[in-house]
Amino acid sequence: MNTDVEQLSCRELVELVTDYLEGALSAEDHARFEKHIGACHGCGVYLEQMRQTIVLLGRLPEETVAPEAERELLEAFRGWRSG
Amino acid sequence: MAQVARGDAELLDALRAGDEDAFRELVREYQPSLVRVARIYVPTQAAAEEVAQETWLGVLKGLDRFEGRSSLRTWIFRILTNIAKTRAVRDGRTLPFSALQDPGRVPEAAVDADRFLDPEHPRWPGHWAVPPETWPEDALLAAETRERLAKAIEELPASQRAVISLRDIEGWSSEEVRNALDLSETNQRVLLHRARSKVRAALESYLQEDGR
Repeated sequence: MNTDVEQLSCRELVELVTDYLEGALSAEDHARFEKHIGACHGCGVYLEQMRQTIVLLGRLPEETVAPEAERELLEAFRGWRSG
Repeated sequence: MAQVARGDAELLDALRAGDEDAFRELVREYQPSLVRVARIYVPTQAAAEEVAQETWLGVLKGLDRFEGRSSLRTWIFRILTNIAKTRAVRDGRTLPFSALQDPGRVPEAAVDADRFLDPEHPRWPGHWAVPPETWPEDALLAAETRERLAKAIEELPASQRAVISLRDIEGWSSEEVRNALDLSETNQRVLLHRARSKVRAALESYLQEDGR
């Protein structure tokens, strides 16, 4: 195999970002990915934006339960306990 | 794993003993995720909320028989999926198997093709024509950006929304998401990739129009 000789294009790289971040790339593709990132400003910015997106998502407030739904469920729980 | 199992065991004891606070906590932890996952199977938010309510009743019904062969979380989400699927059949809806089991069937680009040079370009095939620009740090922290982010999540197809919400908002591991949604590793990743790519693109378009 000498696919490592073949370079990734930017268009291909953006489709591999999640596999890269998830640690799902083969050793060979991982190396190609990092080689490209090291030399390509646009893809470096793109990867950084994906990381920033994930960080921002992690800071979104968690949704809350509607009080009415919670009340109903607690009633059901009491009924279950006594039943 | 042992720690998770012990946490589950303690929680189960509390629930079986009728500890209302333990149940309330459990509901608060999982209800929003249950509703999001239910949305994969049913067409409206109201129907998804009903499915989530029904799920809790199913949880109570099965609690004494639950043997802990899976985590409590996985078990709860399995109950949800069964209820949601049954309801989808009852309502005459086609189950969105393709969305979960074969998400890669319809290709979707992470970035618009016109952002790149032609794959046949003599010098720079497939390289950026319009590369992304660094985002302004202060705009990222603005409340409006957060709103735009939440809107981008809402606009995703339900299966992508469920995966990105559990992974990136709730912070579950890929294994936990796979178990809860009964997804293969690859399909979980395809859905996550598409969801994250779209959310990034939405942020980019918002932040750039803002900067101009």
